[in-house]
Amino acid sequence: MSGHNESILREPLITGDNITYAKITDDILMPVENKPNKAWWIGFIVASLGALLWVVAVSYTFWNGIGSWGLNKTVGWAWDITGFVWWVGIGHAGTLISAVLLLFRQNWRNSINRSAEAMTIFAVICAATYVVSHMGRPWLAYWVLPLPNQFGSLWVNFNSPLVWDMFAISTYFSVSLLFWYTGLLPDIATIRDRAVGTRRKIYSIFSFGWSGSVKTWQRFEAVSLILAGISTPLVLSVHTIVSMDFATSVIPGWHTTIFPPYFVAGAIFSGFAMVLTLLLVARKVLGLENYITMFHIESMNKIIILTGSIVGVAYLTEFFIAWYSGSEYEQYAFINRSTGPYWWSYWMMMTCNVISPQLLWFKKIRLSIKATWILSIVVNVGMWFERFVIIVTSLHRDYIPSSWAMFYPTWVDISVFVGSIGLFFTLFLLFLRVLPSIAIAEVKLLLKSASEQAKMKQIKEGHENKEYVAEYIESLEKFDSVKQEDYAKI
Amino acid sequence: MSDIKYILGSFGDPDEMMHGIEKLQENNISIYDVYTPMPIHGIEAKLGIKRSRIDIAAFCFGITGTCCAFALIYFCAVIDWRVNIGGKPSFALPDFIPIMFELTVLFCAFGMVLTYYASTHLFPGRAPRVMDLRATDDRFVIAVDAKDNAAHTVIDGLLKDAGALEVKYNERKYISYE
Repeated sequence: MSGHNESILREPLITGDNITYAKITDDILMPVENKPNKAWWIGFIVASLGALLWVVAVSYTFWNGIGSWGLNKTVGWAWDITGFVWWVGIGHAGTLISAVLLLFRQNWRNSINRSAEAMTIFAVICAATYVVSHMGRPWLAYWVLPLPNQFGSLWVNFNSPLVWDMFAISTYFSVSLLFWYTGLLPDIATIRDRAVGTRRKIYSIFSFGWSGSVKTWQRFEAVSLILAGISTPLVLSVHTIVSMDFATSVIPGWHTTIFPPYFVAGAIFSGFAMVLTLLLVARKVLGLENYITMFHIESMNKIIILTGSIVGVAYLTEFFIAWYSGSEYEQYAFINRSTGPYWWSYWMMMTCNVISPQLLWFKKIRLSIKATWILSIVVNVGMWFERFVIIVTSLHRDYIPSSWAMFYPTWVDISVFVGSIGLFFTLFLLFLRVLPSIAIAEVKLLLKSASEQAKMKQIKEGHENKEYVAEYIESLEKFDSVKQEDYAKI
Repeated sequence: MSDIKYILGSFGDPDEMMHGIEKLQENNISIYDVYTPMPIHGIEAKLGIKRSRIDIAAFCFGITGTCCAFALIYFCAVIDWRVNIGGKPSFALPDFIPIMFELTVLFCAFGMVLTYYASTHLFPGRAPRVMDLRATDDRFVIAVDAKDNAAHTVIDGLLKDAGALEVKYNERKYISYE
């Protein structure tokens, strides 16, 4: 941060002139320190109605059992596990941004990591509720834990991927929460020191007495780096284990070794799409255009192209291997997926996940906020269908043709899913109101090296290569938050 | 002498603050602590603070997690109650690895972060010990113990020379207590 200038060729991560440390605090804390606006209230009311629907539907399921869902003797897993895998996958982007990008020293993560991590936690909460409610007898949920019991003790089956999954998801949730909260401490202290009265007392409790002394910061950075180091393999392991719930079975269509990498890529793909869905709106409504810039949006779009293409290759590989294996059951499972009664869900998945993200190769589309936002939703629709295709189409025609069946969701299935989206948005909107949506301290780190005004100063000093400066100014054209006329005279 | 306990040099810029630290050190004035709204890289070396050993703690916690997970699974699946699952061996090490890995991460993360909270005295509800309320916002604050360093006017001059926007004389160590 001190004296060293960053290369002029790198795009700025904070735009706008007259950005000071005080202004960063003011801008980011604006939604926390002021009364919410109309847009927030409308969003919150809609979302909490969704959450209410979720409460009703889940309570109905608990009361009447999972017979209230559309499951039958052939299709024993459907929207529940689809929803579970979908939410866990969405959660992955938060850890990826906060951990993997920290290890790779990608500074653009600094202004998006906080809300992405919050998103992770809320998505995993949604996922976990599916796990509990699909058990049928949720009051016995503790049976998945290796607790001493009066059956022997008869322990859980440690060879079962479902038991691994329980360990993976609960570790993932608690470690993500810890990572997120530790990172929040300095920012909660900032709110505390600006607040008065009861507000100060509340934030004081949650700030853990943070002071910002040298040793606190030094250890904080060491802790963050190590947490990032252990969260990186953790996030990969979680979706690997989720995929093993399927891959270690003997069901044609599930029994494939490609699942772990393919699920992880898909998770990152859908997670980044969800980050974009949320942040494109938050950026506009909360006026954070200077911190979440077009560069951030473009970078996330690039990750979506990459992971979307990996997912596409995985779909094709899976199909090829089904043919190449010579196993007729495997071949039938795949032919049935693409041409059977569920052909529309297969082609929905193919279109949304493989074809439409390729549009992001066009710079114009990548840099259009509207197009990006629509594509981000399309991706998540596609990813939901991917899980539906894997789960339902592999199950609905099993080995005995007399037991072939179709799956039709009931209102409870639909309400649990729609309601979980409401729950997610309710939690996210509450988060925006009570905690800073951007990591204040981490963005301040960038001010002196990677901001537009620092680069402007560098240019004005006149020691920079003219070609590089021209290239830099050209790269600024995509920013909607940069005043082009400032550069016309240079 | 007055009741002044701490002299605070409040800077608006981290580089100027680093310069202020150098100036004070050149004049043999000891620095009590520095409070900043963001981590300052290179400040530990200047203030002679040793490298944090939290990574060693993290490793120890992690390895404890691995061992606990192995011990738990081995006890349950191999010693206490062997379950015949398709005639496969009870001691199936590859199947133990996912849970061993997860518990390694879990123990490492929680052990390390709780060690960090303990060593830095962070816990819910702890009264914040703040010398300058703006040190978590936009000021970089150097605190000098006024009792140990008698030449107050010299300190004042040095801090202002280095670019301090404000020099405060606190009669209480922490202003955040009610």
